[in-house]
Amino acid sequence: MNTRIDVHHVTRVEGHGNIVVELSDGKLKECRFEVVETPRFFEAMLRGRPYTEASHITSRICGICATGHATTSLRATENALGIQPSQQTVLLRKLSFHGEILDSHILHVYMLVAPDFLGVGSVIPLVNSHPEIVLRALRMKKLAGDICAAVTGRHTHPIAMTVGGFTHFPKTKELEDLRQRLESARDDVDATVSLFASLSWPQFERDTEYISLTRPDEYAFIDGEIISSDGARLPIEAYQQVTNEYLVPHSTAKFTRHLRDSYMVGALARFNNNYNQLHPRAKEAAAALGIKPKVTNPYLNSAAQVVEIVHCFEDAIQIIDQLLALGVRPEELVPPTRAGGEGVGSCEVPRGILFHHYMIGEDGKLTGANCIIPTNQNIANLQEDMRALVPQIAHKPKEALQLDLEMLVRAYDPCISCSVHVAKIEAE
Amino acid sequence: MSQNHKPKVAFFDFTSCEGCQLTVVDSLQTHPELLDVVEIVQFREAMTEKGEDYLVAFIEGSCTRQSDEERLKKIRQQAGIVVALGTCAHLGGVNTLKQLHPLDEVRRYVYGDKADWYETYDARPIEAVIPVDFAIPGCPIDRNEFVECVKALLLGKKPPIPAYPLCVECKLKENICLFTKGKVCLGPVTRAGCGAICPTYGQSCEACRGFISNPNDSSMRNVLAEHGLSVEEITSMYTMFTTYQVREKLMQAGNSPER
Repeated sequence: MNTRIDVHHVTRVEGHGNIVVELSDGKLKECRFEVVETPRFFEAMLRGRPYTEASHITSRICGICATGHATTSLRATENALGIQPSQQTVLLRKLSFHGEILDSHILHVYMLVAPDFLGVGSVIPLVNSHPEIVLRALRMKKLAGDICAAVTGRHTHPIAMTVGGFTHFPKTKELEDLRQRLESARDDVDATVSLFASLSWPQFERDTEYISLTRPDEYAFIDGEIISSDGARLPIEAYQQVTNEYLVPHSTAKFTRHLRDSYMVGALARFNNNYNQLHPRAKEAAAALGIKPKVTNPYLNSAAQVVEIVHCFEDAIQIIDQLLALGVRPEELVPPTRAGGEGVGSCEVPRGILFHHYMIGEDGKLTGANCIIPTNQNIANLQEDMRALVPQIAHKPKEALQLDLEMLVRAYDPCISCSVHVAKIEAE
Repeated sequence: MSQNHKPKVAFFDFTSCEGCQLTVVDSLQTHPELLDVVEIVQFREAMTEKGEDYLVAFIEGSCTRQSDEERLKKIRQQAGIVVALGTCAHLGGVNTLKQLHPLDEVRRYVYGDKADWYETYDARPIEAVIPVDFAIPGCPIDRNEFVECVKALLLGKKPPIPAYPLCVECKLKENICLFTKGKVCLGPVTRAGCGAICPTYGQSCEACRGFISNPNDSSMRNVLAEHGLSVEEITSMYTMFTTYQVREKLMQAGNSPER
């Protein structure tokens, strides 16, 4: 008996991707995740543009992780031009970055993942059947967006963050209000943990290499070193030794591999590598969700996102306290210490480790650029997971099998239009 | 109101960051009642259901390959009203920056010797492919403006997009003009509607909403030159979101733009 699953444009993910699986008498014949997004050419477009524009252009790679791209772009530019941002700049960037992690994770777990567990096709029917869940999600998401708006003007696409600092500064009152709202949101955060702790996640284990940033002083989101769960540690400038982009004969997508055939990035990789640095309340959430490192079930990436929601809520309060103690005041931008140069920036954006690498000429214009996106790095691993999973669930009816696979894709939270140079795979 | 009487709307995306559709989702945070007045039948980023019967099509993204034209034409055939959602659909947006380099060279820079595998052509607004009824400008769209546009469409009116330049809104916000701070800005020639959000947060307007219909272009260029910008820098500033329009204009004037 032959079974063919062909999900043309997986829904409730960012961008366009297809699942193609072919089974013949229970044997796996074909199993692919196709990326059919249009190529976007951002790296080529950056050349010739002034370095001050780079973060504005690259934030447009992705509407969901616009602040992550902008921050990574700024760090690459600052590293190229020898700029050391101030303590206030670092704190403000961290705060808006947390706003984006929260916004993205809340969107993902509530609006893209939860409908599968509640047996509906989108969040819309939940407005009537589970209004408290939808209203809570919208309330939390609004707060996350308001954090970004207070610091940078808006989440998509941030305005006030620029090379060497900020061009607008939140007022003390705005920060105090946000702090108050974050405190009051603890009930919503707890309810979120309870909701996701009550779900029964699909059972599937496959150990892989988990790669993320790490820092000695905190749960890393901005800057740090690259760490692998298989033991390697590398400076971000050596990112190409980790990503090793390659082409495979049966597809035209760029894949990545490090020490194994594939590796995973994202919330689960961060959780596995940096668990000890999570906020105590985030660790309590992990216990409630029944996860502790090393987690090898990729479906639990969504659970790790819930843990990070708790962490970022708590850490945002601490960052605001630091800013209030410091007293936020307008600062001049830190100027470059050299005319041109080469620099790498790296951040843990919602979906995992992101690299921007720029070459800047003496005239202040970019002469070369490379951006390696988390979703790129996850595709090979997702495909390996699908290959391991399908034989285990081949006995299920086609619809159930298809749902399991779609849920796996969604667990990775792929951001396909982000994966600018993944490019398309020839559809059959 | 019964489900059947609500106008059916659908969302589609082409080459874009999907940030405008996210802004639509965000507009529900403050306006959940939108779901009471329209029925969303297709929104791939947010829902699994896929209805092909719709009155209004909101389209995000620019057209960047020949094979996408057919999909656009199908949407146009079905929809009574087509709305370009955001700068990429409305003007071409940042995607058109690639047109500042030879296309073949751009393809090879990103994909090397496999460049031929990836179909692409000059990025263009959707209006270059199908007739468009309305555009909601901005990169990204403004949440409040989107809600106002939906209200207008439901009342059978034209969406209220301002015809005046950004400076009007900037003055109403009592911002100090960026030119007096030694910075430069495209506010004087750019269509308002965003509440002058970039100057309010200390950054120049980059004309993501496109130009007003009668911009005083030569004055704008003179002012920028007086503030020390070279012709090359001025051209660069004008091309961030609007390379397609700038090049079209040059072609209309009989000067085929060099690539």
